[in-house]
Amino acid sequence: MHDIRLSDARLDPSVCLAALDQATHNAGGIASFLGKVRANDRADDGVEALELSHYEPLTLPGMEDLGARASARFSLMGLVMVHRIGMLYPGDPIVLVAAAARHRRDAIAAVDFCMDHLKSAAWFWKREKRADGWHWIEPRASDHEDLARW
Amino acid sequence: MAVTVLFLGPLRDMAGCQSVDLAAPLDWDGLLAQVDAAVAEQLKSERVNVACAGKVLGDKRTLQARDGDEVALLPPVSGG
Repeated sequence: MHDIRLSDARLDPSVCLAALDQATHNAGGIASFLGKVRANDRADDGVEALELSHYEPLTLPGMEDLGARASARFSLMGLVMVHRIGMLYPGDPIVLVAAAARHRRDAIAAVDFCMDHLKSAAWFWKREKRADGWHWIEPRASDHEDLARW
Repeated sequence: MAVTVLFLGPLRDMAGCQSVDLAAPLDWDGLLAQVDAAVAEQLKSERVNVACAGKVLGDKRTLQARDGDEVALLPPVSGG
């Protein structure tokens, strides 16, 4: 089972995980990562909203290609990769990656692999709204270092 | 018909619009000459990629967009 898609509506991780669980009842385990809009404790630099934009001809095909590479590299029985687009608020889920496998290491490593690639190479542009207006998010050097692990 | 040039991410703010239609055919020099000077400066940087008709160009200077093509200007991604 491969469930790889973009979503402009609120992401419900429990629904996606339940579907993966149902579809892979022979699996030995499921690993998952849920990325969320960070809620900042300090009011002065708090993020009020996050807008995720994408480019239709590249973004989803890029995620599908990533899913295919994860499946080729790890022994998986199912993979879920759902990414939000549009306007998000602190606490909202942004991305869910979940992998089902016979053995836990494949599942855990596949999720880690997909997240490192999504964070550094997926076709998304983010801007944050703070008290003083909108700011585009620049790529971080650490995201590219994470990619070098693979 | 024309070539639609799409400004993604921060380039949209720099260009002041989401897209412009330019006359076809459109090559690299034609693109640089017809976009805002600040956008052209960014385009020359290695960090900005160009896609034509849904494919990222390995060498953006080889751009040859035809009638009806969409050219997307892709600044560095912020990651998922």
